[in-house]
Amino acid sequence: MRGQTLRPYLLIMPSLAFLLLLFFVPLVQTVALAFSTTTGTGVGNFVQMLDDLDFRDSVRNTFGLVLCVVPLQLLAALGMSMMLRHVRWGRDIILWIWTIPLGISDLAAGLVWLAILTDKGYLNTILFEVGVISGPQSWLTYETPGALFLAILTAEFWRATAIVFVVLVAGVQLIPREYEEAASVFGATAWQRFRRVTLPLLRPSIQTALILRTVLAFEAFAVVLAVGGRNFPVLVSQAYLWQFTNQNYNVAACYAVLVTLVSLAATLVILIALRPRAGESA
Amino acid sequence: MIGSRRVLLISGVLMICAWTLVPIYLVALGGVGGASTIYAWPKPFWPASLSIGNFTAFLQIEGIWAAMLRSVEVAVLCMILSLLLGAPAGYALARFAFRGANLYRLMILMTRAFPVGILALPLAVSFVRLGIYDTVFGVALMHTALALPFAVLVTASLFVGIPRELEEAAWVFGCSGPGAFRRVVMPLAIPGIAATAIFAFVISWNEVFAASVLTVRNKTLTADLLTLLSEAPLQSQLAGGLLLILPSVLFIFFVRRYLFALWGVASR
Repeated sequence: MRGQTLRPYLLIMPSLAFLLLLFFVPLVQTVALAFSTTTGTGVGNFVQMLDDLDFRDSVRNTFGLVLCVVPLQLLAALGMSMMLRHVRWGRDIILWIWTIPLGISDLAAGLVWLAILTDKGYLNTILFEVGVISGPQSWLTYETPGALFLAILTAEFWRATAIVFVVLVAGVQLIPREYEEAASVFGATAWQRFRRVTLPLLRPSIQTALILRTVLAFEAFAVVLAVGGRNFPVLVSQAYLWQFTNQNYNVAACYAVLVTLVSLAATLVILIALRPRAGESA
Repeated sequence: MIGSRRVLLISGVLMICAWTLVPIYLVALGGVGGASTIYAWPKPFWPASLSIGNFTAFLQIEGIWAAMLRSVEVAVLCMILSLLLGAPAGYALARFAFRGANLYRLMILMTRAFPVGILALPLAVSFVRLGIYDTVFGVALMHTALALPFAVLVTASLFVGIPRELEEAAWVFGCSGPGAFRRVVMPLAIPGIAATAIFAFVISWNEVFAASVLTVRNKTLTADLLTLLSEAPLQSQLAGGLLLILPSVLFIFFVRRYLFALWGVASR
């Protein structure tokens, strides 16, 4: 049965080879590009990145965005998946509507919110009608950094909460109803059932959702460009700028290395923070 | 008491629906409302006159049609590649207990911790050397790297759900291994595979960063729209946004039954 034992390897081989060529090799190349300078190997490119006028802003903006949007999305998705459990009618259509943003590209989401938040947009129309402002007003310029941040936060929240929601709902579906019923037999309130039964059992799903979402949030790019243009630099938009506008692949690679390291560190933190506790099965 | 809770729940559910749908409605209003809507102040919340003027104006921007066509080509290619490469691996994970299976699964899961799209930066350099820079094929390769881990995990969970006894029965009746796969497993797996394919399509259709980095003249729709951000009038941009959104909304509708069963579980 030699063929039988070889078969699984033959089946995974193509995907393995592909990922080696299009994931592993470019990963190594990125690091190589980041460290190669005109005079040999060194950290010159990183120095140039640190000297970039927008570097500090892009780091601050990226972290600010991720640290605000991801927890908000987790809370919202938890609330949504708990609400869904009590929905008796129209579950199918509600699920569809709630997950529509999952299929929407970050560029399109940025354009949607641009339409709403621009000078003569729909938000300003409402504010005008209720008498808060007296005419068209700009929110998306560097003179209104707070409003610009909120706008990008809103767009990112609108677009990407659905993925957290989907992973959590899949997790909720795996929890036997009996657990909660048992808890309520022993007199647990709704909040206690959620806090002591559902939430701990959801830990693996929460972990997965957080990792997926955090890594993607560090990559946020098109939504930021669509809403904020150059007024709101983030790490990935800087990488794009250095690669495309400045044609400096080395500094672009430095930004890529930074984003990769930050994503890996975030994943590690989430894995450790939400690891199964002693005495629990994962 | 129960009554007021229901009311609270229902209004909450409806509010979230509105939060999702109203922005799409508004961009659609801008996309098909004509140039007058775009510059109107204060903005009407109902279409004054429906015209597809914006849409046609947008499509007349040189190359938009071609870009859209290219986006479709890239997405279809990405879909085919991810299935061809991913489904066999998913099948292997589901059916065979082999040394290294866990390692392979771990490796697939690990790609999730990396911002894979960013890897387009060095690929641009290699693609130039290979002569596939600025081509549909090059972008599709990159997008396949994004969609493949997902395809492997989803098809694995899909094949786990198909009882292996069915397959063994086919062997007993004289089917070869591949024959049993084609005649018994495939027909049962087709709907799930179709859903996986649609996901791969959507991942590619929506991807902006890699597509922008890997193309110059032969841009995909997203890459083209990105350059239009600073150049085209707002109504064209909104028309473009609408064009990007519509297929996705339909796709999600078609795969909604699989969304949780497949994606949710495969994401664990």
